[in-house]
Amino acid sequence: MEYWSLNPTSLKVMQQKRNLSQIHTNKTLLNGQLNTPKWWAPTVLILGIAVVIGLSAIGVMVNKGLGVTGLSRPVYWGLFITTFVFWVGISHAGIMISAILRLTQAEWRRPVTRAAELLTVFSLLTALAFPLIHAGRPWRIIYYIIPYDFARGIYPNIRSPLIWDPVAIGTYLTGSTLFLYIALIPDLGNLRDRTTGWQNAFYTILALGWRGNPRQWKMQTVGGILLSALMLPIFVSVHSIVSWDFAIIPSVEGWHSTIFAPYFVIGAVHSGVSAVVTMMALMRWLWKWDDFIRPEHFDALARLLIVVATAWLGFTFLELLFAVYGLDAPELALREMQLFQWPWNFLFIIFMLTAYIIPVTMWLFKKVRTNIALMFWTSILVNIGMWLERFMIIVPGLARKQPFVFTWEAYRPSGLEWLILVWSFAWVTFLMLLFSRFFPLVPLFEQKESQVFTDDVKIGRASVPAIIREID
Amino acid sequence: MPKQSLLGLFEKADPAADAMDSFNEAGFKLGSFDVLTGTPYPEGAFGEHVPQHRLFRFPAFGAIIGFTLAIFLTAGTQIAYPLVTGGKPILSIFAMLIIMYEMTMLSGVLATVVGIIFESRLPNLDPGVYDKRITEGMIGVVITLDDDSRKKDAEDILKKSGAFEVKYS
Repeated sequence: MEYWSLNPTSLKVMQQKRNLSQIHTNKTLLNGQLNTPKWWAPTVLILGIAVVIGLSAIGVMVNKGLGVTGLSRPVYWGLFITTFVFWVGISHAGIMISAILRLTQAEWRRPVTRAAELLTVFSLLTALAFPLIHAGRPWRIIYYIIPYDFARGIYPNIRSPLIWDPVAIGTYLTGSTLFLYIALIPDLGNLRDRTTGWQNAFYTILALGWRGNPRQWKMQTVGGILLSALMLPIFVSVHSIVSWDFAIIPSVEGWHSTIFAPYFVIGAVHSGVSAVVTMMALMRWLWKWDDFIRPEHFDALARLLIVVATAWLGFTFLELLFAVYGLDAPELALREMQLFQWPWNFLFIIFMLTAYIIPVTMWLFKKVRTNIALMFWTSILVNIGMWLERFMIIVPGLARKQPFVFTWEAYRPSGLEWLILVWSFAWVTFLMLLFSRFFPLVPLFEQKESQVFTDDVKIGRASVPAIIREID
Repeated sequence: MPKQSLLGLFEKADPAADAMDSFNEAGFKLGSFDVLTGTPYPEGAFGEHVPQHRLFRFPAFGAIIGFTLAIFLTAGTQIAYPLVTGGKPILSIFAMLIIMYEMTMLSGVLATVVGIIFESRLPNLDPGVYDKRITEGMIGVVITLDDDSRKKDAEDILKKSGAFEVKYS
């Protein structure tokens, strides 16, 4: 073989530039809004029923009290708080993908950004619901969150991480929603141009009179970069603050760890990006967007995930190492319970297999990275593992027998808690599908921009697609 | 006499850029003619007037407002009802910093969003002459005239440059 020979596989991927007309892009990517697919209504109906069942379960719990859950002394934080941390973690997909890839001008971000931002918004909304559900009497939360001068004049205790949480998540949710809307405006203008009647009126109002002149496009570009830069520090702070719900409590072994903030953030990115992979596979299958969501996008995401997952694994072992290095008897007892006692040892093995060993080993192979079905299932495995990780952090520390505690027992989540957990997944999917009926899940203008900024360049005898990039 | 707008539709970028150049050469007021596209093009692709903006001031302004409000909120509420919890000082700087940080960032983001909308000159309640085919890949060159006196000149420029259709407001 000549030393300059091109690898035929690489060449094939490189030459996948497709000339897609703007009319084709409109027709394909707006098929959810202009021609609702046949599966949409029955799916939304089934999910709607699941949502109603879940809400009913929450209603029963609020009516009967937390006694209907498995929560009892000393395990007061269980499935609800685990699921809260899980959904906050998923929400980190949006900014990770959208902001970092936008700032680095990564070309493969284009079909991914909106789905990721959307996942952030809906998973944060769901995450916010769990502390409310967990409180048992959700309306009472207002007394310790909202700083208003009610009769007794007692204001929220800002020294409590339970106040930091809603402040951080509220900031992240507001910022992400506005970020999503700003990037949606050009596509709303497109939808306005393709619709009639009440739909046209709806999109006309939301598009704010968008025309697509250079000033407006410049603001989209500069504003997108600026918002990305502002959202990144928020993104890091949110899961750090969530981790401090645990890390600043010295009395619970397994929680009081100084590396929890970065450990939670990297874990959130791992689960969030995996959730984006799951969502992208579904989008490709359901809306038949083969031209836009392509194997090379999954390949790029899997490469990113290998790095993120390995960094996360490092933190997992560091957390364990720091815990046992001090030879503190209660801490050692907890770690022994987590790793060697039934059922925690079984859960730990499942957690390690699903969160890292199986998916990352598979992602090392390009055939897996470019196989959408395999990427779909491995990304789901990661999130099973990452949910278990949160469960393994939160519950064992409480369930272990503590000194001066007169009662302790294992935590067994009740059927109602499992039902509410399932509700959260149905709820996020329901919101996603509802959104997809009215708004495009892939940014059309970004796809079209990719076409404008790409041209075939001849290098020797090879003709390869090249991306034009503006320097400033 | 009310203002009047003309829109020329082009299939390719080059003739649209020619029309923009011709308007410039014919002495039409800078800023009275613009190009409309369904996707961003590289800056200056149509020889258009490069828009100046002050977007970078908005987040800084927002952050200052947010930080100031956060100081008042965190310090004010704790001093208003000085309840010691967990043996911590009433004004716990670390705890205050967390809330101040989040409020500063939130305010910065809100101001940036306002800035993007304002600098995009949105909402635009009177968008003027427009064509739906612009979001299908056509390129529109639009010119707004104060009166009818140069309407014919503008129309000629659009047609000579290769506009396949000219629309009027």
